Amino acid sequence: MAKTLYEKVWDAHAVATLPNGQTQLLIGTHLIHEVTSPQAFGMLRQLGLKVHRPDRTFATVDHIVPTNETKEPYSDPLAQEMIEALRKNCKDFGITFFDTFTGKQGVVHIVGPEQGITQPGMTIACGDSHTATHGAFGAIAFGIGTSQVRDILATQTMAMGKLKIRRIVVNGTLGKGVYPKDVILHIIRKLGVNGGTGYVYEYAGKVFDDMSMEGRMTVCNMSIEGGARCGYVNPDETTFAYLKGRPYSPKGAEWDKAVTRWKSFASDADAKYDDVVEFDAADIAPTVTWGINPGQGVSIDEKIPSPSDVPEDQRAGVVEALEFMKFKAGTPVKGIPINVAFIGSCTNGRLGDLREAAKFVKGRHVAPKVRAIVVPGSQIVALQAMKEGLDKIFTEAGFEWRGAGCSMCLAMNPDKLVGDEICASSSNRNFKGRQGSPTGRTLLMSPVMVAAAAVEGRVTDSRAM
Amino acid sequence: MSLAKITSYRGRAVPVSGDDIDTDRIIPARFMKCVTFDGLGKYLFNDVRFDAKGAKTAHPLNDPRYAGATILVSGRNFGCGSSREHAPQAIWHAGFRAVIAEGYAEIFFGNSTQLGIPCVSVSREDRKAIEAAIQDDPTIEVAIDLAAKTVRFGSRTVPFEMRESARSALMSGRWDPLADLMAGQAQVDAVASALPYMVAR
Repeated sequence: MAKTLYEKVWDAHAVATLPNGQTQLLIGTHLIHEVTSPQAFGMLRQLGLKVHRPDRTFATVDHIVPTNETKEPYSDPLAQEMIEALRKNCKDFGITFFDTFTGKQGVVHIVGPEQGITQPGMTIACGDSHTATHGAFGAIAFGIGTSQVRDILATQTMAMGKLKIRRIVVNGTLGKGVYPKDVILHIIRKLGVNGGTGYVYEYAGKVFDDMSMEGRMTVCNMSIEGGARCGYVNPDETTFAYLKGRPYSPKGAEWDKAVTRWKSFASDADAKYDDVVEFDAADIAPTVTWGINPGQGVSIDEKIPSPSDVPEDQRAGVVEALEFMKFKAGTPVKGIPINVAFIGSCTNGRLGDLREAAKFVKGRHVAPKVRAIVVPGSQIVALQAMKEGLDKIFTEAGFEWRGAGCSMCLAMNPDKLVGDEICASSSNRNFKGRQGSPTGRTLLMSPVMVAAAAVEGRVTDSRAM
Repeated sequence: MSLAKITSYRGRAVPVSGDDIDTDRIIPARFMKCVTFDGLGKYLFNDVRFDAKGAKTAHPLNDPRYAGATILVSGRNFGCGSSREHAPQAIWHAGFRAVIAEGYAEIFFGNSTQLGIPCVSVSREDRKAIEAAIQDDPTIEVAIDLAAKTVRFGSRTVPFEMRESARSALMSGRWDPLADLMAGQAQVDAVASALPYMVAR
């Protein structure tokens, strides 16, 4: 029978049916970080349990690391306590830890792929909702809570019910200046922030066939913002080319065998889907959010909607968003002044993102009074960017060049908005208070659009510059 | 490990109105700088309960009429965003034992169920009716019956929906699956050994 990748991977990892009807699912790769794991290790110790597969568990530190100080102890003692707890847990239980002094530390969803740990056909879990990022490789990857981190540490499995599958096809070719970020913001805007609840998203069509691995990661990363716990792209030659030669990728004769196996996981041509949605790349323009959830976005030429522009059941949400954002309905998004520009995060903190943004800012300068920071997604991304001179381009243009981490995506480190500042951000969430100030305001957009906003001091169509 | 069989829950309820209430709002990220979940309860909805000066806002959780409520009532897509279990933990540690909403984000629902917090889904119309009733009289009893799949408030009873696996897990006292997962360990290793990437190096 024809199957989707999701079904094939699921079947290969299904262990048993649990008494409540859920499946005991084997998790091949477990990624952990400092925020959602310490309580799980605490429970493990309390129960006197060991980590069942330390060789399939990988740790890094990302959420709390300061990006402008490297010396420990950090000025924030709570951050210091968390990194030390992770160090101790990894040491006690024999887990590989890409620590700050290894040169390999970074945001967990950037580290996994760049190390070649993330591979097609795997099940991957992490106590972080953006784990769907790894779906870009044709893995089934999803975020979990801390109790499930405990379950996986103890048994390498978790309890899960099977999801429905929606195939999202994007046909055509993206226009110049339109990026993968715009694709996913467009999809979420059209399908809604809870449109994907209960679904896995399979991204397909020419736009994804043509897209780089980094772009596919950007799209899969934000699946959860559309309600889908996982999203994936079927593995192809682009996937294999990315993985070849990475530290954890198979080598020699094993490589050829692995590629054959990986190809077999791709969805069959006649596989059945619970739903299929099609988009045309020609309809996708640079997209900017104006509200308080990632579905409240418009293309750069549009205006902020008024409550009467949306269906009845979304009106209250628009009213709440306009009030929080202090925006007037009918205002064009182009021209909204900004205070802060942030380029980074697991969504858009990869080398390709920095290259594109650097290309844009070269020879230009950040507008007066705009605070602009670039936070590479990992130490490896940072090093490569510096080899290419991107750091100089950014600093000469007036950006601050920082160390690797999650930084101002969720502001668990010292990088925060102040008061009701408006931030043009390449991150993934524009929730109230997300960037560290309860009244701070976030506009999500692609890294190049962030760069353009930084230069102009206001939201701008980067294509026109 | 013997867990309570959760077949019903009764208490007073508080309306936290709105759709798409995300887990950052339930528990802002800065309060996650901790290595235990203890103490999270007091930060539940912190940034909408207190203004910049630390003064209480008009948030329903600050309204003395709802003091002692143990059931949260909210709109569509409750608990969206971050997978942080800190959100249901904060809800639990603040004394809440059940949620009634129009629907839930996938990860939040699973996290809550695994902590033994029933999250039941009612229609928009019924959610509004429950809210109106508790706003009118915050002392009325709200009763969730998992067997009958109903919510009773005052003299009215409305149906709710819940994923069958979650309802079964709560009712049978298997909402924390660790014991069941550990029971199948030999089978786990057998399945792993058939996957080349999982063969121990």
